[in-house]
Amino acid sequence: MKGRVLVVDDDAALAEMLGIVLRGEGFEPTFVADGDKAVEVFRDSRPDLVLLDLMLPGSDGIDVCRQIRAESGVPIVMLTAKTDTVDVVLGLESGADDYIVKPFKSKELVARVRARLRRTDEPAPEMLQIGDIVIDVAGHSVKRDGETLNLTPLEFDLLVALARKPRQVFTREVLLEQVWGYRHAADTRLVNVHVQRLRAKIEKDPEHPEIVVTVRGVGYKAGPG
Amino acid sequence: MRRLPAGMRRVLFTGRRWQRHLVAQLRSRWHRSLQLRVVSTTLVLSALVIAVLGFFLVESIANGLLTSAENSAINQVRNGANFALDQTSLHVLQPGNQFDAPLSTAQNTARALQQTSGNTGSYLVFIQLTNSGPGGVQWVGERNVIVTATIPPDLITDVGIEQHHLRYDNDSTATPWSEPTTLTYTSGSGTSGPALAVGVPLGPYYQLYYVFPFTQQGVSLLLVQRILVGVGLALVVLLAAIASLVTRWVVLPVRHAAQAAQRVSAGHLEERMQVLGVDDLAALATSFNDMAASLQAKLRELEELSNVQRQFVSDVSHELRTPLSTIKMAADLLFESRQELDPAGGRTVELLQSQLERFEALLVDLLEISRYDAGAATLDADLVDVCDLVRRSADDAQQLAERRGSRIEFRLPATGCFAEVDRRRVERILRNILVNAVEHGEGKDVVVTSAIDSAAVAVSVRDYGVGLRPGEQHRVFERFWRADPARARGTGGTGLGLAISLEDARLHGGWLQAWGERGKGSVFRLTLPRVVGQELAGSPLPLGPDEAEIAAGLGAAEPYPSEEVASRG
Repeated sequence: MKGRVLVVDDDAALAEMLGIVLRGEGFEPTFVADGDKAVEVFRDSRPDLVLLDLMLPGSDGIDVCRQIRAESGVPIVMLTAKTDTVDVVLGLESGADDYIVKPFKSKELVARVRARLRRTDEPAPEMLQIGDIVIDVAGHSVKRDGETLNLTPLEFDLLVALARKPRQVFTREVLLEQVWGYRHAADTRLVNVHVQRLRAKIEKDPEHPEIVVTVRGVGYKAGPG
Repeated sequence: MRRLPAGMRRVLFTGRRWQRHLVAQLRSRWHRSLQLRVVSTTLVLSALVIAVLGFFLVESIANGLLTSAENSAINQVRNGANFALDQTSLHVLQPGNQFDAPLSTAQNTARALQQTSGNTGSYLVFIQLTNSGPGGVQWVGERNVIVTATIPPDLITDVGIEQHHLRYDNDSTATPWSEPTTLTYTSGSGTSGPALAVGVPLGPYYQLYYVFPFTQQGVSLLLVQRILVGVGLALVVLLAAIASLVTRWVVLPVRHAAQAAQRVSAGHLEERMQVLGVDDLAALATSFNDMAASLQAKLRELEELSNVQRQFVSDVSHELRTPLSTIKMAADLLFESRQELDPAGGRTVELLQSQLERFEALLVDLLEISRYDAGAATLDADLVDVCDLVRRSADDAQQLAERRGSRIEFRLPATGCFAEVDRRRVERILRNILVNAVEHGEGKDVVVTSAIDSAAVAVSVRDYGVGLRPGEQHRVFERFWRADPARARGTGGTGLGLAISLEDARLHGGWLQAWGERGKGSVFRLTLPRVVGQELAGSPLPLGPDEAEIAAGLGAAEPYPSEEVASRG
């Protein structure tokens, strides 16, 4: 079963506690305390998910996040003590899929980890098209004119959620529930940042999006019009 | 008062108004400008002094001229009289029987005397023949002159008395008499003007008169007067200019100092004055600069101190989060397995869990307040249905209300209430005032009303619980303030909720206000502008009990709308 979690945290007590909780839930945690060694350990351990503390000695969490994201689409969940827009958005923009604010409950942590690992069940073969983008849901690939666009699993999920019901407007809350697995209202900045990242990859002109369109005051929808 | 035509009255009125305006303006300038006062005072005083000096100067010059003219005139007359007595036998020719002979002799004498005057016409000569005979008094001399008007009667009297003395005292030395007069020509034959008339008796029967016109003296005097006026005016203007220059030297630095002080008090602490030289004004500039510098240093110190403190609060909140995470996870683990513990242990774990939550809430609120104190709070506004937020944020309050046995009644407009607001902050405000209302509602129902108009959206939460004492409608927003210190805190609120809510409302440019009366419950009203940055003029909802309640005699009408609560920041 997929359950290897790399915990990047310099706080020994928290790391150990995280290990206890994760093991209790059936995950296999590995640990690294130093930001400089994080990428190295990541390559060796090939985890299914990274739990990353943003406040690290050495190269900080943001850098580690960027480096991992540069070579892998593995889900990254940040642990952060700061909830200010600047800090959160910076983390999300550097490639994190989700974040948890300290202090958190064990259940919350486990729920977030599970939500990001839940894509184990194989979906039925399904082809979707928006504009000139073709999505192969089962094959996890997105193509424009036969050229593959490299999306992270989260960006892929976001695009599929929108593309399955073209022209329907999704509120940020609905997207948070469908894509991130939040049952209660959460931070809508998650959606904003990831829509920006998605657009940067799939739109011809991210300033004037044609595939993921903003509906002011409501949310987003797929396709023009 | 006579009635004037309307048009004229209007003109007069406008004229007067304009005049009043001018006077007011002048007065204000007079009071404001030291320079104007010094210059105009100098101008007036120096003009006065020069006028007085000039007057005395002209007077003494005129006197001098007159005296010298009189002396030379008297000498002239004496010479003339001697000449007349020596050369002619006028004093022995008795007028009367051989009347023609004395007359022609007098004419000849007058002519001869007149000739000594030359062509300059510096004097005119007249001889009077006194005669008690049928011919009466006769005059010889310049015919174009009206003699009776030119020779003053007083002088004739004086000379007559002198002649009388001469006749009886047998004294041959006669004294000439003089008198200022006006030389009067018959019309068109010469220029009349001021003159000096001098008379002397010529023997017992004749009187010799000279008339000296003041033409020369008049010209000299006029010249002197003109020069004096010119010099005086120039002097006054010069003095005023000097005064202006000198006051400028003094006033300009003072004005600069005033301007600099104004800029400093407006917050430009880096403002300094230019120091020139080492005089009194330089001392003023130096001490001003010293003051500004020390003020700046003090303020910077305070600012740094406050920054350090804010940073510290923020750091503490963040640093506490990591160990708190560990503790919380450990507590969760224990809580899961509390069934395996003995009753005391189980209860301990429950307490640990609930107090951890409270601790965390306090930490979150502390951080939020420190963010506001640091001015680091930012508005993340979006077009949102505020009524929708009301329903959503009622969750917590709903649960609490169920436990308390009360109901929350919603009176929301069906059309929705869209406004540009920060969803997270508005939800927090609403959650806070709703929980607060249920908490203090004493199990009675809570009514949530919402309304919208063109500029603002308002939500008011009404409870019928303990209410507020006078003055408490401001204090409820203070940090860690409790309505009743003796009362136990039921729901474990942090004591910062309403303080943060007030800051949240202010960040929107909105109002959060309270009304309350002891035993009659309270109202918390949130008013937000529909467009970010718009100034609020009023609220679509009243702050206080609604009309039906007032009609039923429940509570007074809005006695103290606490606008200042919101406008304080």
